[in-house]
Amino acid sequence: MRGSDLSAYRDQHFKGSRSEQERLLRLTTTLYVGNLSFYTTEEQIHELFSKAGEVKRIVMGLDRFRKTPCGFCFVEYYTRLDAENCIRYVNGTRLDDRIVRADWDAGFIEGRQYGRGKTGGQVRDEYRTDFDPGRGGFGKIVQQRVTSSHSPTEGGTDEKLDSEPDVAPPSKRMKTSHVEVDEQGDRASDDLAIPIDPPNPLSRA
Amino acid sequence: MNTGGRRRRQDDDGEFRGRKRRRNESIEIEERFESLIVRLGERSNATLENNIEGLAEVLDTDLAACKGKILKILCDCFIRSPEKCTIYTTLIGMMNIKDYSFGAEVVEALAKLLKEFLKNCDWYKASLIVRTLADMGNARVVSLTSIVQLFDVWMCSAEEPDVPQVRRDLFAYAVMYALPWIGKELREKQSTDFDKILARIHNYMGNRSRVHVDGLRVWSSDDPHPQEEYMECLWEQIQKMRGEQWTEKHLLRPYNHFATALNGGSVHSLPSIIPPPHHNDYRYPKPRVVFRMFDYTDCPEGIILPGSHSIERFFIEDQVAHVVYYYHDDRKLCANMLVSNPYFGKIPMEYVIVEVVMGGLFTLPRPPYLEVFYGSLLIELCKLIPATLPQVLAQATEMLFDRISTMDPDCCERFVSWFAYHLSNYQFRWSWDDWVHVQDLDPLHPKAVFVRESLLKALRLTYHKRIVDLVPKALSAFVPAEFLPHFKYMEPNAEALPLYGAFEHLFAAIRQKCSPEEALEVLGKARLHDDAVSGVKYTPSQIELFVQTLLYMGAKSFSHSFAGLAKFKDVLKQLAYSEDAQLCILRSLHTLWKDHQQMQGVIINKMLRMSIIECSAVANWIFSKEMTGEFTKMYVWEILHQTISKMSKHVTKVQNELREVHKARQTSRQPAGQNQDEDSDSDGEQEQNDRAESVNEEMLEKLEEQFESAQADQKNMFLIIFQRFIMLLSEHIVRCDTDGRDFRNWWYYWTLGRLKQVFMMHEEQVYQYKDTLETLLFTQELDHNILQVFQQMLQEDELRDAVLLVFANKQDLPNAMSAAELTEKLGLRSLVGRKWYIQATCASQGQGLYEGLDWLSTELSKK
Repeated sequence: MRGSDLSAYRDQHFKGSRSEQERLLRLTTTLYVGNLSFYTTEEQIHELFSKAGEVKRIVMGLDRFRKTPCGFCFVEYYTRLDAENCIRYVNGTRLDDRIVRADWDAGFIEGRQYGRGKTGGQVRDEYRTDFDPGRGGFGKIVQQRVTSSHSPTEGGTDEKLDSEPDVAPPSKRMKTSHVEVDEQGDRASDDLAIPIDPPNPLSRA
Repeated sequence: MNTGGRRRRQDDDGEFRGRKRRRNESIEIEERFESLIVRLGERSNATLENNIEGLAEVLDTDLAACKGKILKILCDCFIRSPEKCTIYTTLIGMMNIKDYSFGAEVVEALAKLLKEFLKNCDWYKASLIVRTLADMGNARVVSLTSIVQLFDVWMCSAEEPDVPQVRRDLFAYAVMYALPWIGKELREKQSTDFDKILARIHNYMGNRSRVHVDGLRVWSSDDPHPQEEYMECLWEQIQKMRGEQWTEKHLLRPYNHFATALNGGSVHSLPSIIPPPHHNDYRYPKPRVVFRMFDYTDCPEGIILPGSHSIERFFIEDQVAHVVYYYHDDRKLCANMLVSNPYFGKIPMEYVIVEVVMGGLFTLPRPPYLEVFYGSLLIELCKLIPATLPQVLAQATEMLFDRISTMDPDCCERFVSWFAYHLSNYQFRWSWDDWVHVQDLDPLHPKAVFVRESLLKALRLTYHKRIVDLVPKALSAFVPAEFLPHFKYMEPNAEALPLYGAFEHLFAAIRQKCSPEEALEVLGKARLHDDAVSGVKYTPSQIELFVQTLLYMGAKSFSHSFAGLAKFKDVLKQLAYSEDAQLCILRSLHTLWKDHQQMQGVIINKMLRMSIIECSAVANWIFSKEMTGEFTKMYVWEILHQTISKMSKHVTKVQNELREVHKARQTSRQPAGQNQDEDSDSDGEQEQNDRAESVNEEMLEKLEEQFESAQADQKNMFLIIFQRFIMLLSEHIVRCDTDGRDFRNWWYYWTLGRLKQVFMMHEEQVYQYKDTLETLLFTQELDHNILQVFQQMLQEDELRDAVLLVFANKQDLPNAMSAAELTEKLGLRSLVGRKWYIQATCASQGQGLYEGLDWLSTELSKK
């Protein structure tokens, strides 16, 4: 996790050659930040990410249709060194009880702030079968399927599904549980090995 | 032709493949060696001695083939894993028995490396090599006489007059750093010379200046642990070791096992190594104090933490500090390396690690790495040692909290920041009930401040309800307010406000996406009756109306606010036409967002960047009457430091640009001159050059102007800040004196601490103006408590300074350069912040000598 190294992930929507993408990734001061709770605010992100250096701007990732936060953002720094320090020291730590994942990004382009999933949010929130209250409950497609057929996929969950609002407005805070989901399923992550509940509360008890 | 070509290619390929195969083989062998050497000393089934013997055997067989590579790996190992130094020196010793020339080459390679590190000012690595070379004496690779010689050369550098103390320290320290490894051997076999070296160190330590130590201490009290300066602590530890006949129980010394065999080898002499002379651009290690918070009574029974003056404590702290240094850019690897320390179970390692990491975080004036590094490292460590580390960390937190009333205010802030960050990673779980008693304390008592500020910082990382739920009822007064704006035009009965009509207009206009001009027009009508007479461009109420309406409409997030600021930048610039108007903007912002400190900081930062307000206005605002109530809160200082840094960055940027142009001008002049000599017909080219030069000249002038004005602004800002500090503190002292109260209350503690913090955090910048500050503000009439903080900073910086005395000698000879010429040639006037003096002398007649020396002795006595 030395700051300047690139991860294996490449944005498939990048317009340009692979080598151009690599070049930009090595120069960029922008980071893609994933696995955020829908309720995490720009202010919180600013507070945490400023610990690595002065933040130039934050672009919150939004649901394409609802225009509400959908769990990712871009953080741009003034210098490469600050961005590297962010990868070194902020990436992989927690915000709103979720492990935030920061990775190099070739640079923000208008339009990229929107989720790329069919339902408007991120693709990873479409088919998820786990219940993640920080990210709108079950996956959207799963939710639609369940509500249309009224036949729960798993036993004993239909009650919960019915009472679960589609996406709560971010102004209303919901206490997040400690479900850990990694941003890109295919991104290598050693943090996933950590048990769901943080095992080390800083307390003597 | 075709066939020939093909054949040739085939031939080439064949040859290439053969070479490749051979190369692959040798790479394979090299990689195998590397892994064998790097992993030597790790846990294994065989004994360490067997492993060393075996590896020496293996390496010896293939030595001829890859000697260069093996040398390189060994050199790397000494830097990467200095804790295994004795193991590697033994290995080299064993190989030296078999092959005398290999030992010589290792010594030569290390000597070369040492010279390189010295040349590059890589002082820490240089001292690691010195220690390695010393330990080579134990493995009978390097002769003891040449080790003594090396120490002698280093002590000569330590005793060199007229160079900064930080430079002399580093040489004396390097010798001390090596002594625990070779002390026993030298005492037994080179006792006379060794005693001389020890006497010289003793003498050196006795004459060393200690003025800087007070400013670097984390705690103002030495109870329960004295905070020693790093060299003094090591010297104590070494003297204790000397008292115990240089024995220790910590280091593995595998060479002792092979003593008889090693004695059969032949030793080598070190080539002479002369450290490069002092240069003004060299950066030397800063002085520091050893941070201690635990002793054996704090640790669980069974395994004992070595005492503060035992050499074992030095060994283990040095090991931990090395890992932090070497792996600081990879927190996970760093944590893994710390956890794999073999002394777990023998020494309470968790305590040592927490102490060293906390010591890094609390280093004054600034921590060596980003604060968040220490925080994220501690989180990784909690993951790796879940059974014990969190408890030790909790114990450390309790201890820091208990001792917080003697803690440096700057460190208090770092403590708050770390604590809130750490808790945010663990669901804010903490035994808050234990701290309920802070509600009965003076609100400015550091414990009360710590709890209040920690909750504020925690709130920034989460949401309000969570903090409310978390904190026991008894502490509810410490729960910060929710981050909501206070906008008077949105409060009940706002219609009664005199400018309400104007507000409604403005609000509607901005909502309908009006242009900046239109907004200004609406605002222009928002004049009260009595304002009309005042004749100012914009009245405070107009400014307040606009700033608050705009920011209120952008209240949803930082981005919304920024968008508003960007769109109405020109309006804001018009409004900010004077310093008073800028203060009014800041006040309006503060009233609107008084409960959202982070927002205030972020908006001020943005407005500074957009040149809407100036740094000096921010400084004036912070020290203004309206801010008295906020003065002791941490966010105010966050804003001030951010502002000072912004200014410093600006000055440095212009300075660098100026330097670049200077450089470019010098290089462009030289070839132009050469061209003229070579080719007399190049008039056109010459003209072009002239033009380019005049453009450059213009740019240079412009930049010089810019630089001067930036420096003037910076100086002005510092004058404002320090003048206000002095005023407030002096007033406070006088008021308390007349009331017959002790002036040393918590307000005084925080305020004086802030003054020190400004000096510490921005010392390089402040130092440029020390003469002005000394004559205008920090005069001898000032209360000595305040003056002391300033003098401490000066003294710390002067450790890094040397005075320079130049004799322009042989003035009796006709062609001698005059003092003025020499000043020019030596570029003395370009020496910034250094005292120098030039004296025309004629040594043969004794003229001028005493005058020069008089100057030197007065300068030195000032220190």
